[in-house]
Amino acid sequence: MALQKSEIMLVVAAAVITLLSFAVPDWLAFTTTLAIASAMVVLGVVMLMRAGLVSFGQGLYYCIGGYAVGMGGRFLGITDALVLIGMGVAVTVALAMLLGLLLTRYREIFFAMLTLAFSMILYGILVKSQNLGSTDGFGVGNWTLLWFDPEGGKGSKTVLWLATAVGLAVALFLNRYFGSAIGLACEAIRENEVRVEYMGMSRRQILYINYVIAAAIGSIGGSLTSLAAGHVDPTMAYWTISGEFVFIALLGGTGHVAASFIAAMIFIMVRTYAVELFPNSWQLILGTVLLLIILFLPKGIWSLFTRKRRVAS
Amino acid sequence: MGHPLSRAGMRRTLLSTATSIALISAGVMGISQAAHAEDTFKVGLVTFLSGGASGPFGVPAAQAAETVIKAINAGELPAPYDSAGVNGLQLESVVIDEAGGPTKQVEEYRNLVQRQNVNAVIGYISSGDCLAVGPVAEEMQTFTIAFDCGTPRLFEDVSNPTYLFRTGLDAVADNVGAAHYLNDAKSDISRLAGIQQNYAWGQDSWQDFTLSMEQLMPDVEIVDNQTPQIFQGNYGTEISALQTRRPDIIHSSMWGGDMEAFVAQANVRGLLEQATAILTTGESGLHRFENQAPNGTILGGRGPFGGFMPENDLSEWFSKAYEAEHGTPPSYPASKMAQALLGLKYAADNSGAEGVPSSEQLAAALKGATFESVSGTVKMALAGGHQAMQPMLYGEYHYSADTGPELRNVRAYKGECVSPPDGQNALEWIKAGFPGADCD
Repeated sequence: MALQKSEIMLVVAAAVITLLSFAVPDWLAFTTTLAIASAMVVLGVVMLMRAGLVSFGQGLYYCIGGYAVGMGGRFLGITDALVLIGMGVAVTVALAMLLGLLLTRYREIFFAMLTLAFSMILYGILVKSQNLGSTDGFGVGNWTLLWFDPEGGKGSKTVLWLATAVGLAVALFLNRYFGSAIGLACEAIRENEVRVEYMGMSRRQILYINYVIAAAIGSIGGSLTSLAAGHVDPTMAYWTISGEFVFIALLGGTGHVAASFIAAMIFIMVRTYAVELFPNSWQLILGTVLLLIILFLPKGIWSLFTRKRRVAS
Repeated sequence: MGHPLSRAGMRRTLLSTATSIALISAGVMGISQAAHAEDTFKVGLVTFLSGGASGPFGVPAAQAAETVIKAINAGELPAPYDSAGVNGLQLESVVIDEAGGPTKQVEEYRNLVQRQNVNAVIGYISSGDCLAVGPVAEEMQTFTIAFDCGTPRLFEDVSNPTYLFRTGLDAVADNVGAAHYLNDAKSDISRLAGIQQNYAWGQDSWQDFTLSMEQLMPDVEIVDNQTPQIFQGNYGTEISALQTRRPDIIHSSMWGGDMEAFVAQANVRGLLEQATAILTTGESGLHRFENQAPNGTILGGRGPFGGFMPENDLSEWFSKAYEAEHGTPPSYPASKMAQALLGLKYAADNSGAEGVPSSEQLAAALKGATFESVSGTVKMALAGGHQAMQPMLYGEYHYSADTGPELRNVRAYKGECVSPPDGQNALEWIKAGFPGADCD
């Protein structure tokens, strides 16, 4: 199986990030980790968008991933990061398989509102759970990575390498997935559902599989975020966080897996510099910058790259 | 066909130019900030500048910081803080908005320390932010003062702190103090109800308060507790429900706009004629309660802050300076910010450092220290010398045209009375009947 050109690019990008991590200051490494983690949730949103569905509830799985890491360490005494991430994925897949049965019946605003509702139910449950710290959340314990024991685990370099490795694996998988029969069928469903059925494919089955995979990837993003930040709280399931993911997805566009990573990095950098330079009006600056990007690049940041290619050809 | 293409080309050039400029300028800013001035002490201030907690808490705190930092740099504070600067260094501040949740605050904290190279951080109103940032402060070995957040879990999670301090009380003291006040001033009550915002603060407050009441006034019947959503704004249903239960006392830990909205609505509906409200954070509304809250409403200020500040040189100076600059007398969040800054100045002045004191020197100077503040003498006696122990005060709100708003029948409870002995879990301490409390 030969590597595609964009796969080589992804591997190179991951290698560059790993190399740069030795040179850049810790804050940038930490910010990059958060960007990679949220990019994964965004990829889940993008997967649904390719099938014509907008989820305002991807925070549900982001939150489950985060809480799996927190609770696995706190109540089960598990310290291995990969096991913790795996636990989050297991719980997420189980829940997504259940919710998917219902959600794949709906389209458009109904799908958006239902996903939002489910994530807000989780938020409500967590707020009511006093032994999980209610809205304050709780701290994530120290973790290890296989045989490797980074001091306390929250050392920003180790978690960046972990995020880069996991992110690369997810990106390579999705790159193939988008080109696979089922990935293309998702786009076909967006264009015309009835024709997909006439081609002998079950649109519900396709959407169902797509939804479950998107959820699992969102959960990995949440787990990585909590491993890096060292704290989980119910706002992870709040709808504004889900909205943020949709926004980053629009910013990047659905053209390529790399777009989500680039968009997440831009979003987080614009935000952190806006917070630093304009403490009283950073939301305004953030909103304006993002609005301008959407205005001039309606198909997302990725259209910068594809346009160049089209002009060249 | 050439026209649209060339337009697209131009747009592309424009965009890539703009992107490059943005990236380069971001890089340059990062580098310029790496250069560290040796004659200033840089402090990061984190407080709510947007969202529901900004109006009542965040902005007054930021304004207080502005006033106090200006005075510190000019050497205008009363003794013992009459030297200019901290340890002779000019105090420079970087203000960051606390909005956005704990994950974002962890990110911004790391940015403050590593990108902006601050020497110390003061901030955090939200308990969730404190809990998330506390361990990071220890990890990054940076002197950090939590100036307002009330969670008793802070020094349980960071059980052996070196760099993390809190110059105020936790929420346990608020509610133990409230129970003591009712026991002393309202011994004839028989029916108690509550209304709390439905999140950690409200849940914990109600738990601490009811457990304390069971110890101090076991005959009082707890008839109801309403838990509206935070920032709900309209409390019609809750007020009706409370009215049907006929309480004598209504305890509320609601804060800010929610608290003021509830008081105004409950007053109009007649609930506050029927029952007296005890508001654990009511002091922040002291100067806005005219025609809204009935006389006799019991207010707390989370310690000797705001309207509860004792009369001393520092509090008189602070009240005057704050009112002159910002138009209203300081409320409790403003006083608490002033106290954190005075704690920082005390630590820096007594660090014995040449030039900029290190985080270790600051921490060693403040650990277990006793320093003068706008709230009187502060003893860092809890959490192994990392948290202040202070008295808790409650008083009745009274308004008259001659005197304006004032607090009457103020009762103070010593720190040893409202806070558990060092190292003891607050809930167990309350349930055991406050062993070791010194309340006379």
